[in-house]
Amino acid sequence: MNKKDELYFTRLGDGSATWMSKEEIREDVLRGMEDAVDKGKTQPLDAGDIEHLVDILTAAEKNVSVERGNEGVCTFDAGTLKLTVRAGLPVDRVTALSIHERAICSDTMELCNTDYSYKALKNIVQEEAMAMEQAQLNCIIPILYGAMPNLGLYTKPDGPYENWAELLPNGKIQEALAAQEQASEQSKKDMIFVGSIMAEAGACGLQFDTVGASGDADALAAFEAASVLSQKYPDLAITMGMANEFHLGMHGRLKFQGERLAGQYPAKQVKTAEAAGAGSFGLVVNTNSSRSLAWNLSRSVTYTKDTVRVAGIPVLVNAGMGVGGIPLTNTSPTDATTRVAKAHLEIGKADGL
Amino acid sequence: MAISHEIAAGMGGIRTAGDLVARMVLKGMKLNQAKEYVAQKLGCQVIDLSDSAKMKEIRESLDIGTTLDRKHAANGIAAKMKIAEILDIRIPSVELFKKKLGKA
Repeated sequence: MNKKDELYFTRLGDGSATWMSKEEIREDVLRGMEDAVDKGKTQPLDAGDIEHLVDILTAAEKNVSVERGNEGVCTFDAGTLKLTVRAGLPVDRVTALSIHERAICSDTMELCNTDYSYKALKNIVQEEAMAMEQAQLNCIIPILYGAMPNLGLYTKPDGPYENWAELLPNGKIQEALAAQEQASEQSKKDMIFVGSIMAEAGACGLQFDTVGASGDADALAAFEAASVLSQKYPDLAITMGMANEFHLGMHGRLKFQGERLAGQYPAKQVKTAEAAGAGSFGLVVNTNSSRSLAWNLSRSVTYTKDTVRVAGIPVLVNAGMGVGGIPLTNTSPTDATTRVAKAHLEIGKADGL
Repeated sequence: MAISHEIAAGMGGIRTAGDLVARMVLKGMKLNQAKEYVAQKLGCQVIDLSDSAKMKEIRESLDIGTTLDRKHAANGIAAKMKIAEILDIRIPSVELFKKKLGKA
């Protein structure tokens, strides 16, 4: 039962259930869109999009789907973590890939390691390459390899460089800038090293996940690594998923091919990814756990439509936990998940997820 | 979540033409262009690409892998070798395999 009296069943950003009137839902759709327009300088949704989104959110069905013909492609960041680690199933990664291919019917999958950072993978990349070769012999669907730049791992005590998050509050600005530049350069080299080995192991593609998680220096490392790898391995499909709807300017002065990275929102992030040689772009809009699904989804879809409008490469919306409008909870309710998927493809015109 | 997304919005993997369209999208083709390309290569309509009944027939006739295995059917790398030829694309693992066989 999705409707009780004049109230519709829906969710808050933390996944909890709530009941809202159609007018309240429409109001939150408008407010969410306005947030994207105001902060991200996006184009607003048109009246038809708004009504379509309200219809999706108030649909009578528990779970919804796209209309026939509107299907997109699905990719799965950190795919082999889900069954084998998060769900605790006693299967190895190649078996998990096969389950996704045969039983879940995933369009693509991603081989990854539990320690999902490129820096950590340096020590075990040869074994990861062996797993990739094995996976490629057994699987039909595209199998990518993925990890995160995760620049924070390069700071002391885990890494060799000073921690700029500690330097900045102490007013050591020049030292903080230098530390980020050094870490970014090393991270780039590490990602080229790992990416090259995985490409030569037959990976269909390489995924850079949460680009910009540690700020603009983190993003720069990923874009520069992608630029090198895309030229070195033209058959390697590179996909870049962001960490946030804007790059945080922890450094503030870093540029990629002449464009400042700090403060870039998705419409500019996608152009940077294109310039770096990426074949597809993973747009990220973070969920506000205090707001409604209507607010979060509207905000996210507004960014999607604006990004797709300018993108020269496919846009695959990150619609995992806490992003894309999906509630910030480990097990997202399917009523919310399916509404997010439908909205991004039919209103946002995304190429997939 | 993988199941929810795939059912709600996905192409359907090797149950349909999802993997084939995905290969073209990952290479940089926008979704509609990728669907048209794959449909043209398979000799079917775009609407057929997400029709599991139609795609089962096409995939079995082309021997490029289906969700339920069959005796003597192409699987894994063998299926991908056929896919590369049908779609006229280079698949890295196929190129690696051919190199190992001395056929690259």
